[in-house]
Amino acid sequence: MIEAGLKNELQKQGVYVTSLQELYNWGRANSVWPLTFGLACCAIEMMAASMARFDLARFGAEVFRPSPRQADLMIVAGTVTKKMAPLVVRLYNQMPEPKYVIAMGACAISGGPFKQGYNVLKGVDRYIPVDVAIPGCPPRPEALLHAIMTLQEKILNQKLTGPDRPRHLKAEVEGAYPVPVYGRHDLEPPNNPALWQPPAIKR
Amino acid sequence: MNTPSQQFEVKPKLDESGSPIGELLEISMGPHHPSTHGVFRMDVVLDGETVVKLKPVFGYLHRNHEKIGENISYLASMPYTDRLDYLCSMTNNWAYALTVEKLAGLAVPERAEYIRVIMAELTRLQNHTCLIGFFVQDMGALGTPMMYAFREREKILDLFESVSGARMMCNYMRFGGVRVDVSDEWLAETKKVVGDYGKFLDEFETFLTENEILLARTQFVGVMPKELAISASITGPMLRAAGVNYDLRKVDKYGIYSRFDFKVPVGEHGDIYDRYMVRVLEMRESIKILTRALADIPAGPVMDPKAKLRGFRPKAGEVYGRVEGPKGELGFYLISDGSPNPYRYRVRPPSFINLTILEDMCLGHKISDAVVILGSVDIVLGEVDR
Amino acid sequence: METLEQIKARIEKSVPLTKLDILPNECPLGERSLLVEAGRAFDVAKFLRDDAQLRLDYCSNVTGVDWPETVIKTKVKKKVVVEGVEKEVEETIETLRSGHLEVVYHLYSMALKHGPIVLRLRTENRADKTHLPSLTPLWRGAEFQEREIFDLYGVIFDGHPDLRRILMWDEFVGFPMRKDYVAPDDFEYEPTPHDEVLVEAKKHYPVEVDAVAATTANNLNKESMNP
Ligand code: SF4
Repeated sequence: MIEAGLKNELQKQGVYVTSLQELYNWGRANSVWPLTFGLACCAIEMMAASMARFDLARFGAEVFRPSPRQADLMIVAGTVTKKMAPLVVRLYNQMPEPKYVIAMGACAISGGPFKQGYNVLKGVDRYIPVDVAIPGCPPRPEALLHAIMTLQEKILNQKLTGPDRPRHLKAEVEGAYPVPVYGRHDLEPPNNPALWQPPAIKR
Repeated sequence: MNTPSQQFEVKPKLDESGSPIGELLEISMGPHHPSTHGVFRMDVVLDGETVVKLKPVFGYLHRNHEKIGENISYLASMPYTDRLDYLCSMTNNWAYALTVEKLAGLAVPERAEYIRVIMAELTRLQNHTCLIGFFVQDMGALGTPMMYAFREREKILDLFESVSGARMMCNYMRFGGVRVDVSDEWLAETKKVVGDYGKFLDEFETFLTENEILLARTQFVGVMPKELAISASITGPMLRAAGVNYDLRKVDKYGIYSRFDFKVPVGEHGDIYDRYMVRVLEMRESIKILTRALADIPAGPVMDPKAKLRGFRPKAGEVYGRVEGPKGELGFYLISDGSPNPYRYRVRPPSFINLTILEDMCLGHKISDAVVILGSVDIVLGEVDR
Repeated sequence: METLEQIKARIEKSVPLTKLDILPNECPLGERSLLVEAGRAFDVAKFLRDDAQLRLDYCSNVTGVDWPETVIKTKVKKKVVVEGVEKEVEETIETLRSGHLEVVYHLYSMALKHGPIVLRLRTENRADKTHLPSLTPLWRGAEFQEREIFDLYGVIFDGHPDLRRILMWDEFVGFPMRKDYVAPDDFEYEPTPHDEVLVEAKKHYPVEVDAVAATTANNLNKESMNP
């Protein structure tokens, strides 16, 4: 690892030194391709973010791919209903590693305004891991841009080696999550206990 | 005309000896599909590329709007109506406010009526613009028309934002008026946007209206006969494109629409091109209404002083109220039992009912036309599944 | 348009053996409705659609309503003579309203541009006799709406061409829009202004053994609710 001072000094002389990790992450962070995946109202703001005024292309994330096989990022933009949840998990499973998830809007985070609904999943994090959550109903396109930047930061700081390297670099860890099935009243199981437990309240 | 075509048999093409040629292919399109406008699914059976059967599947965005509406107070449902058809929150607000006003017998001050008309027509402008962007995209014009449409939409959203505080979910109208008054600067700004909109439409139309590809893909595709349209309760631009002159702004004359002079564009063939053209012409009429309303808007209060927002309990009874939303007849049906919550809260969703004859329109066309036909129906899933 | 009474009289003349009721509507601007017997509903609807003066060719809205069995309390003032003195006593009369499901059709005419006529159909009860005739053969527009009512309320429409669940998944059991439906209990704890959600959410946490701890927790909740 080259130390930062020396690196700066060299940069001033026109010599760019970098590590493989930085280079690799830099490339990944600036070409995050999202999945064209709109669920509800938030999807319109997601579209607006990729359109003329907000221009998601500045962050290298404008290439919306219709197929999960070509996407790196799933923007869960909208209410995940129980009828839709198995499909969301399946789509997530079909994405190649490394893959990331942004939960956009109150609904994707916790059910939002529709929390009392019998058919509404109270948070997509019950079935798939979420990297960045954007509050709002709907979040403004700027908030989505901020989420993309947060995600880029996260990607830039991921280690290639060592014990705390991310999931996609650990061969033994499974990247697919069990898909819930439609039950008689609810999804079965109602959440993935490996991922989500009801928060413990400290009294 | 009235026998549903649901029970028709799938008849594969037969060769001379009577055995089928090739195989039928069943595709489940959606709920994750870029051209189904959200989480909509169609189960399509194809003979080669021709659609021989098509069943829409709903419910992937069923968010229990009606059930929630029965458990919360009348006013608390107002922000939920924004999320029905999330492109047109203002007209949804209006439909709901109108129904509750009918239930409780509230009057709306003059200025508020004008503001409502202005908001509704702006909504119609942005909805139709976006819709044309979407469905031209379904035909393969990726990006560019959408960019144009969204550029204009942003201007209208800015207006909404500066008056209501939110771009999409305006939650602006109240029973007996509107939430806040608009300023003179806002009116001046709106005049400017509306004044420029005609130019934008001209530009948009230069690219699209006589475009060779658009003509080839839309004329005589997805034809909907007039009788079928009426029987299937189709409303809005879809119905008018089929040649029925039925616009609630003229029929019910709700609000102050009787004061405006505008025409109702009516199509001839009921194909996609007519639907496109009806929408474009409707936008031009909306601009007329807007110009008039912006010039005439009187000063005064914007809320009925008798209207009570807190502890609002209308008397028992039931009403059905409806407005001409950009997608069709948006109705609310409320049953009150005198408690703070409605006993029954029902939304009549135009885009859901407009899908009734999707199958009839698509049969015999190619699968790529089915995508365009769906685009021309103008659905928003929040309203379809509620 | 004619008054509802005139329409009723004409229907009763044209469609034999029909018994119709006009239900009042306490809301002054709302419309009164016609209660039709389920057995004759199809013929009545057909008459309404085809009659030259009415031509209700457009079935705008179909709604399901659930009326569970309830006890209706009405207070009546009575004069009673107690020990020679006349007194006014309030008495509560309890009447049992039997439960039923109701389907409401709002009919308009596109040709003559009038309406609405509100048609109501009632099932016999909420459990096993929930059959009603489907009006989809008359108005295609009712097709999906009747399916929705079947899905969410459990009304079985005889004669409907394709009666399946529409919004919920096929394996689903129960009718979620009925008033007595119990939604799956999957709330997570969260201080929320919706009292019902909070009550639901609290069920997920172990019952307090210590009453003191419970009250402190409650206070904590209150605090977090009103910061
Ligand atoms: S968070 Fe709000 S805007 Fe987003 S999907 Fe949910 S209801 Fe719609």
